[in-house]
Amino acid sequence: MRKHPISFTVNGDLQELYVEPRKTLLAVIRDTIGLTGTKEGCSTGDCGACTVIVDGEPVTSCMMLAVSANGKEVTTIEGISSPEQLHPVQQAFLEKGGYQCGFCTPGFIMAAKALLDDNPNIPEDEMRHALGGNICRCTGYTKIVEAVLSAAETMRANA
Amino acid sequence: MRSFEYFEPKTIGEASALLSQYGGEAELLGGGTDLIIGMKDRALTPKYVISLEHVPGIEGIRYDDCDGLWVGAMTNMRAIERSSIVRKRYTALAEGAEEVGSIQIRNLATLGGNIAHGSPAADTAAALLVLDAQVNIANGEVERTVPIADFFLGPGKTVLQTGEILTGFSMPPRSANSGSQYLKHKIRQVMDLAFVGVAASVSLNNGTAADTKIGLAAVAPKPIRATNAEAIITGSSANDEVLQQAAGAAAAQSSPISDLRCTAEHRREIVAALTKETAATAVARAQA
Repeated sequence: MRKHPISFTVNGDLQELYVEPRKTLLAVIRDTIGLTGTKEGCSTGDCGACTVIVDGEPVTSCMMLAVSANGKEVTTIEGISSPEQLHPVQQAFLEKGGYQCGFCTPGFIMAAKALLDDNPNIPEDEMRHALGGNICRCTGYTKIVEAVLSAAETMRANA
Repeated sequence: MRSFEYFEPKTIGEASALLSQYGGEAELLGGGTDLIIGMKDRALTPKYVISLEHVPGIEGIRYDDCDGLWVGAMTNMRAIERSSIVRKRYTALAEGAEEVGSIQIRNLATLGGNIAHGSPAADTAAALLVLDAQVNIANGEVERTVPIADFFLGPGKTVLQTGEILTGFSMPPRSANSGSQYLKHKIRQVMDLAFVGVAASVSLNNGTAADTKIGLAAVAPKPIRATNAEAIITGSSANDEVLQQAAGAAAAQSSPISDLRCTAEHRREIVAALTKETAATAVARAQA
């Protein structure tokens, strides 16, 4: 089937690719570009493991065709830290132990980052609701919530 | 996912021509949250996918006091729930939009997609019914407008003809003494489908309910208005007794099915409870 040219940035790097229209953004990020931090969980938008940030907003990349990312700015888990410093949300997950097997963690961190970028003062109940699109089968969520609250505190202090 | 030929038309006319040319072998791509899942599990196997993402003039939210509200079909749910004018004057629509999926899904899913599939359980349908929405439809040559109450024909069936594209929704201006609410009964707080969805809109005139509309989702073959309940509330003081009576009328007018989620009887009870609650909230918001 005819491939389509697309041009978009991933973590600031320009990507100019020919993609099959049936490839999801998730598949292109992982298999073509080789950034495997973004995970494929359910493939149906229910679990949030594939969450990336497109033009500032979190999306489930398993539900978006790569051709739809043409011209857009995509940020993945690999793009939010520097070699010297983790992102405050990553640091908080580390310190609070907000993961066990780690498979849901990149998606959780990207969803939480987008949420706190938007509103670092979000109340806990609203934060819990807003992260309802991310599923964790290990932790029971308590330490994830603690991590996001701690990250919010850091991000408020840095603001 | 099976391979398909992909098109990015730049006008409604082009998109419509492609739709007409390929007929049942083509699907429109809006936000993709239904289409891509359908293609992954092979429930949908289009040979042609026509993206609406590059068609200008069918995305965004516009409001003015004379013409009211216009929401483009390609506007995503997140933009709708975040819109201050929608939140303030068309509250039920903001509340319907924010019941869809998760934030990640709502950043993709569009209002047009939620309605065009003709799902009886669409979260925005009950709200659009009570806000008197007109559905804008175009085929590149002719545009037509259909009241939302006439748009749905049955499960998965709408008035859209081959080659026609849903382009947006117009809603009349709403006075400051009107209020609305959408409530969805579900077991999970996020990422659940409606067992029952009810929207109510009331405008008050000297303490009397002047214009009252009740919309029901997931309890009939299509989203419907509970006209008998509306008639009971209209012209009344909308007190507890009246709302109780209206709740019973709404339940009687619904025709839910029993399925793995719950029984028809239970759904009718929920229709009654939510009708009373949404109508009371709509009145309170109208007074605020």
